[in-house]
Amino acid sequence: MPMIPLETVAPVAATGLFSFAWLMIALPATGALLLLLVGKPLERIGHLIGSATVLGSFGVALVLFVQQLGLPAEARAISLPLYQWFTAGNWSINIGLLVDQMSILFALLITGVGGLIHIYSIGYMAHDERRRRFFGYLNLFVAAMLILVLADNYLVLFVGWEGVGLASYLLIGFWQHKPSAAAAAKKAFVMNRVGDLGMTMAIFAMLAMFGSSAFVDVNQHAEHLDPLWATIIGCLLLLGACGKSAQVPLQAWLLDAMEGPTPVSALIHAATMVTAGVYLVVRSHAIFAMSETASLAVVIVGTVTLLVGAWIGTSKDDIKKVLAGSTMSQIGYMMLAAGIGPDGYAFAIFHLLTHGAFKANMFLGAGSVMHGMNDDVNMRHYGNLARYLPITFITFGLGYLAIIGVPPLSGYFSKDHIIEAAFHASPVIGSLALIGAGVTAFYMTRLMLMTFLGAKRWPKSVHPHESPRVMTIPLMILAGLSVVAGLAMNGWIQEWLEPAIGSHPHEVEWLPTPVGMLTMLVVALGVAASWFVFGRSDIPATAPVSRNPIIIAGRNDLFGDAVNQALVVGPVGHLARGVVLADDKAIDGAVGTLVATLGGLSKQGRRTQTGFVRSYALTMVAGAAVVGLLLLLGQMA
Amino acid sequence: MNGFALLPAEIAAPTVEFRALAPVLLVLAAACLGILAEAVVPRAHRFLVQVVLLVSSTVVSFGFLIANWRKGIGGPIAMGSIMLDGPTYFIWGSLLVLGLISLLVFAERKLGGGASAFAASAASVPGSVAESEASAARLEHTEVFPLALFALGGMMLFPASSDLITMFIALEVFSLPLYLMSGMARRRRLLSQEAALKYFLLGALSSAFFLFGVALLYAYSGSFDLSAINAAVSGPIYGRGLMLTGMALLGIGLLFKVGVVPFHSWTPDVYMGAPTPVTGFMAICTKFAAVGATLRVFYVAFGGERWNWQPMLAVLAVATMLLGALLGLTQNDIKRTLAYSSIAHAGFILTAIVGANAGTPTGQLTSVGSAMFYLVAYGFATIGSFAIITLVRNAGGEVNSISGWSGLGRKSPWLAGAFAFFMLSFAGIPLTGGFIGKWAVFASAWRGQYAWLVLTAVLLSLVAAYFYLRIVVVMFFGDAAAGVEIGNASAFTLVPVAICVAGVAVLGVAPGPLLDLASTAGTFLR
Repeated sequence: MPMIPLETVAPVAATGLFSFAWLMIALPATGALLLLLVGKPLERIGHLIGSATVLGSFGVALVLFVQQLGLPAEARAISLPLYQWFTAGNWSINIGLLVDQMSILFALLITGVGGLIHIYSIGYMAHDERRRRFFGYLNLFVAAMLILVLADNYLVLFVGWEGVGLASYLLIGFWQHKPSAAAAAKKAFVMNRVGDLGMTMAIFAMLAMFGSSAFVDVNQHAEHLDPLWATIIGCLLLLGACGKSAQVPLQAWLLDAMEGPTPVSALIHAATMVTAGVYLVVRSHAIFAMSETASLAVVIVGTVTLLVGAWIGTSKDDIKKVLAGSTMSQIGYMMLAAGIGPDGYAFAIFHLLTHGAFKANMFLGAGSVMHGMNDDVNMRHYGNLARYLPITFITFGLGYLAIIGVPPLSGYFSKDHIIEAAFHASPVIGSLALIGAGVTAFYMTRLMLMTFLGAKRWPKSVHPHESPRVMTIPLMILAGLSVVAGLAMNGWIQEWLEPAIGSHPHEVEWLPTPVGMLTMLVVALGVAASWFVFGRSDIPATAPVSRNPIIIAGRNDLFGDAVNQALVVGPVGHLARGVVLADDKAIDGAVGTLVATLGGLSKQGRRTQTGFVRSYALTMVAGAAVVGLLLLLGQMA
Repeated sequence: MNGFALLPAEIAAPTVEFRALAPVLLVLAAACLGILAEAVVPRAHRFLVQVVLLVSSTVVSFGFLIANWRKGIGGPIAMGSIMLDGPTYFIWGSLLVLGLISLLVFAERKLGGGASAFAASAASVPGSVAESEASAARLEHTEVFPLALFALGGMMLFPASSDLITMFIALEVFSLPLYLMSGMARRRRLLSQEAALKYFLLGALSSAFFLFGVALLYAYSGSFDLSAINAAVSGPIYGRGLMLTGMALLGIGLLFKVGVVPFHSWTPDVYMGAPTPVTGFMAICTKFAAVGATLRVFYVAFGGERWNWQPMLAVLAVATMLLGALLGLTQNDIKRTLAYSSIAHAGFILTAIVGANAGTPTGQLTSVGSAMFYLVAYGFATIGSFAIITLVRNAGGEVNSISGWSGLGRKSPWLAGAFAFFMLSFAGIPLTGGFIGKWAVFASAWRGQYAWLVLTAVLLSLVAAYFYLRIVVVMFFGDAAAGVEIGNASAFTLVPVAICVAGVAVLGVAPGPLLDLASTAGTFLR
């Protein structure tokens, strides 16, 4: 992989409408504050407020985007300093926003898809008595995610990074009465801490190396960075990205996170938050350009995850977990592309955007199915739902075609470019990415067959029905996006992103290349294999006992939890018990003695406070003598 | 000034700069009008008249203050008996603001079901027929407002006096109303009257010390004027012993009002017995005025003798912080706890005074400035916490035992949160005004070469933090105490609480403007 220091364009100061970019964050933040703090009085209109703020934010983003389109390429990155956060020694940390070609696309994705998911949630959460709180958390998430992508330096980015972590925690555990949900929330939070450690260390290292955490300064000075430090910072950033984006080895939380309400899975754990790792890597391109090792690590992590995620997707019966495995796998593709370097950055972002549309579409579709099936998530209890949920079937189907990469739907363009770039980088990586595409086709076809086709397998008590309009209209919009997003952006996105991320634009092919042909062949094989296994015969209502090690491993998330238990949880548990013991005996013992001593002194001292004026007066007179004595001593000294 | 002229040939009419003195004069005038109103206004309207007088006089007075300051009026006024300099302006402004906020709580009547916190007829014997008749007739003590205004006026005069006679008169002007007000509690009247009597007796004793000191200093220097004493100290002719004794005795009189160990004994008893709104008022305003006067006397008159009094004050500061922090640990009564807290805080303020040095560059925070900033931050937290104490009640009135505060966080998260916030400020936790204040006074002591004092103070503030946090723990993690309710209060209590929360928060997050102000106002004129 050739490593060339990249030229990116410095941002220009904000004028005109861009001075109002902060509104994008302020609107949902205000919504969250209102919904969470005012509380009860907003019970009946909370969902409307929540949706309105995000749509308003989307409006602002759209206006700014149109403005940017009208500007020349080198003037499109806009910086908007807000205020100085703090100064310490030679450092001054400023809070500011950076509206450039990349962040505006993210803002559009977050507020656009986010807005649709808010609307969908009005219907999905209609019968939940804590709906207002749900919308408050969703708004909190949108605000934090926007801080993350609009920040102009790593410290502010980290504020958003932690904010989305908090929102994710609150929303995974939203149904906190379920122990499994509470545990899943905790697991997500703790595993993210590991990534956050990497993130903070990376920021400290950058502050030490560059004296600043602003993207502009980091980009500018990265050229002169010691390669060893570039590798260290790059790997630490990657650790952060792995935590947030559920990449191997920090992948285990994402499957459990499906305990959250389905709109949450769609918004946070598919379309936006989990892609923050990809954003981070692409944003830090200047660092990765200086270290082949770090870039290679990103490629390896991405490739491994795309295969692991796909593998898990093949053997799950829970519809949301299949989609979660698929999300891991697709983000693996993006990571892979981001690791390839300038040749892949634009494709990583491209795939991220199309994936945001079609995966949100499918998650919401799954939510719609669950809505009609009394919240059952086991696909073995589905079957033939296409007849009962026609709209969901069609929208989901379009998402399906998009993800497996049927031309000319969106996934075809974005994934194909990544596979092609991977082949350019290394035939091994390319082949693995190609295999991943085949497996994707296999498990997604399995999902379609088990859910919408075949014979019906649900019990009599269930009456599948189509969801209300407020849920299906967002589905239709997202399905439309899944279809056209690829075509719309294919010829444009590379040029657009170039000044922001220093990607190298290539001439894109509109017709399938040899690699593209090969990919389509592999995908067709995957679909055929899936039909061969699941389409021909009936599907048992309970999962058959399998001795196939591949299936067993897949069903157990490739033993991710067992690995964590053995390598981390067990040893750390021992350590923690040791620390607790030391704390109880040694530290608390010392503190306890001190407290007892002070308390005893205090009790003695209280006796001086007799309540008699005469003794108080005596104290004063004695005090006067003491003062005199002190002065006298001072004279003698 | 003219101390040596024994018999003036003719008596010239004194000149009084009314404009410059307006802030004090207005407050005192409003107090006189208030007394008049008690005589002529029908009973039903008195409350309203008094509250209007209180608010309008302090607000207008503050307006005059700002206008005068901006115009740059300053220097010795009223025949040289009052010095209008930076610290005077700062202290006057703070006293007016903090005084108004704390006096608003006096006007709370909704809480007691239409009755204020003051005895219906303070002159009646507790438990007597006269008392029950007065309560039955729903009599009200509106005299407390003019009394408070007199006290406020005296407090303003006290730190501004540049001769010792004026200072003594100011001392008595604010002390006498405080003695009275301490004895006027509606509930637990015996305790309240006992507190008032103790306060009066010990106050009289301290006044005796004060006067004796004044007399000795006159004998030494031939003048009451602070700058004349300073001149005599710088060019001694005879009698250093006379001067040192005078300084010690005068100092005792002043430190008594600040509440410094070993002249602190009155504090817990009086804080506990006085009606809670009065406690809030005197906890900050008396302390502010007394610290201001102490600073003026020690800096202006004895600045040249710094090497003599600094070690003495350093020892007293340690004793004060130690005793306040230590005895606060085992209190069961919330008002007593805060009384010991106030003693500990007096010690922290003393560290700033100890740090006095001539080397502070212009534009930076002097020791005077840091003490004044500390007092403002402490003032907001104090007024706010005493206002909240008035709200926690059961059928018999206020609940002051800490066990009664158990579980308050569940009954009223907002008020308990505000109280916890004040406690954190007292403890000096960052993002509160208390932290910046502690930082300022410690920095001052550090610059004054008293590093050991700073270390001791930090350790002792850790000890003190324990009892503040204990209250927070009790409020939020204890089981809810039975029968204790949050009283239904009017804006007269809730607005001061809100202002105080905002004040503590602003001083903690953006202390810059007030620190700048305290820096520019941080030097005495001589």
